[in-house]
Amino acid sequence: MRYGGFYFSNQASYFAPSGRTGDLISLRKVTKSFGVGEARLQVLRGVDLDIQTGEILLLVGPSGCGKTTLLSVVAGVLDSSEGEIEVFGQRVDRMSRSEKANFRRAVIGFAFQQFNLVPTLTAAENAAVPLLIRKLPYAKALERAREYLALLGLEDRTEFQPTQLSGGQQQRIAIARALIAEPRFLVCDEPTAALDSEAGHQVMELLHQVGRKENRAVLIVTHDNRILSYGDRIAHMIDGKIVAINNNHESRKES
Amino acid sequence: MMRLALKMLMGDRSRYLTLVIGLSLVSFLFVQQGAAFCGIMARISKPIEAVGAPVWVSDAKLQSIEESRPLPDTDLSRVRSVPGIEWAVPLFLRIVQVRLHDGTFQNVRLFGLDNNSLIGRPPHMLVGRTSDLFAPDSVILGSSESDRLGGPKVGNTFEINDRLARVVGVADAARDFVGNPYVYTTYDRAISFTPPQRKQLNFILAAPKEGVSAEALASTIRRATGLGAYTLDDMRWLSIDYTIRNTAFPVLFAIALLMDFVVGMSVAGQTLHAFALQNERFLAALKAMGTGQLTLALMSVTQGLTVGLISFGIGSGAACLFGYLTGGGTGRLSFYAPWQLMAVSFGTLMVICFLSSLFAIRRVLLLEPGVVFRA
Repeated sequence: MRYGGFYFSNQASYFAPSGRTGDLISLRKVTKSFGVGEARLQVLRGVDLDIQTGEILLLVGPSGCGKTTLLSVVAGVLDSSEGEIEVFGQRVDRMSRSEKANFRRAVIGFAFQQFNLVPTLTAAENAAVPLLIRKLPYAKALERAREYLALLGLEDRTEFQPTQLSGGQQQRIAIARALIAEPRFLVCDEPTAALDSEAGHQVMELLHQVGRKENRAVLIVTHDNRILSYGDRIAHMIDGKIVAINNNHESRKES
Repeated sequence: MMRLALKMLMGDRSRYLTLVIGLSLVSFLFVQQGAAFCGIMARISKPIEAVGAPVWVSDAKLQSIEESRPLPDTDLSRVRSVPGIEWAVPLFLRIVQVRLHDGTFQNVRLFGLDNNSLIGRPPHMLVGRTSDLFAPDSVILGSSESDRLGGPKVGNTFEINDRLARVVGVADAARDFVGNPYVYTTYDRAISFTPPQRKQLNFILAAPKEGVSAEALASTIRRATGLGAYTLDDMRWLSIDYTIRNTAFPVLFAIALLMDFVVGMSVAGQTLHAFALQNERFLAALKAMGTGQLTLALMSVTQGLTVGLISFGIGSGAACLFGYLTGGGTGRLSFYAPWQLMAVSFGTLMVICFLSSLFAIRRVLLLEPGVVFRA
């Protein structure tokens, strides 16, 4: 990893070989409920899921079935109610808040459905945020951000503010921000929702390259049928449970 | 991250300007009100500084320079006999009434200086010489507020207690607490200007011999004579303390400064809070990406303190310019901004900004970062 030694020198445990070559991420009987008493709403109902090395897993299902909640729980931005969540050998469900923050900083890249780009910062500054969180010097972080934005065809938009850009361009900045620190685990919520077909495929190609790398994984929540072919497996979720997992490789082989 | 925090704040022009303008006004009021109070307090001791003797001897129960508690003339001899004293001379210092040619009366602060040495004379003459006081009926006028006596003009005359006084010189003099003009003359002539009393001597000025401190001499005089004896600094603070304890000035200014503090907290707290609310999603995204609670709090504090620093510069600069344009404290409006006032004003504004920024960020700190995935 190009910046690995610099960023993660004090977080080596997250990158030490886990001793496993198969599943990088595993969920066992994970539940999540909101509210108490009669207002209690159970969103996840005992989810079991494994994500393997070099895999892109797409999570699909109707609205309100718990996809985003599952994504949040796996990424450590939401506490689960019960169950075991292991990511790269680390028990996320047992971590304290600050441990989770350190874990997310070191391991996970995020692409949000609503981009969450800071409107007063430039495209390059927005993309550089994960590097600045890792305390990389400002100038170096921006240089790296410009390189990533150029990869996504935004080399002439690096100094623009998000409000000056189209939805598709904003989504590409968000993708650049998710990828810039070369995270081992990438979680994406509807990454192509705001993109036309060409831009959507461009983004998915990039995510595909990242997910294919050794000891990495990508989890994508999507409603976009156009990108289903990019998933190695597709997990179908209904009413808080994984009801089916299709293996695209096998489908391809069969076809 | 701190650089990003500042860009986030300054990029939101309307909120940034609201904060800077609001806090500049708070800072202006703090410095201006504080300087007005300090200026008033400083003026209380102006007559003492004008005389400038190292040790002042008075009645033991004296509370302020404004009081008149005359001593028997024999006390001068008693003080002169105290060991360690270099010299001791009488000083007549009292508010008296002057009758002008148009029949109106005007209060003046009359200084009666030792007939021979003229100790306590004004240090800087603008017109004439202090030795001109040896001429009959002569007085020297202080420049401040002298227009109340017909202007600082040599040859002008007026009456004090039906006796003629002729202006023979003009001295540089600071304005005192009540703004009375200063009139200097000799001790004997000052007594002749006032209605006869059994005792006329209200102060004795003294100086220590070489090698004896003013504090030590004052202490010796107190023990040996039972009179009140003060160093120049003690005398100033005696009068200031009396004013603080017996007037409404401190309470009035304290209320004004407290209101200023409340307004500052409201402006900074509400604006920074609104700013944090507006940016809640972005801050939650930073949190999701692994920004620690401490870093988020530091970002908010950096924003608050930077705005505070800029606002203090603008506000205190404007207050000092205001003070300068209104006469630099020598005019009718009192203005004295010592470094202690600036330090306290700065510290108060920083406390306002610090507390406001913590208040603003507390909601984000409690926020679960999972909200970033909610539509």
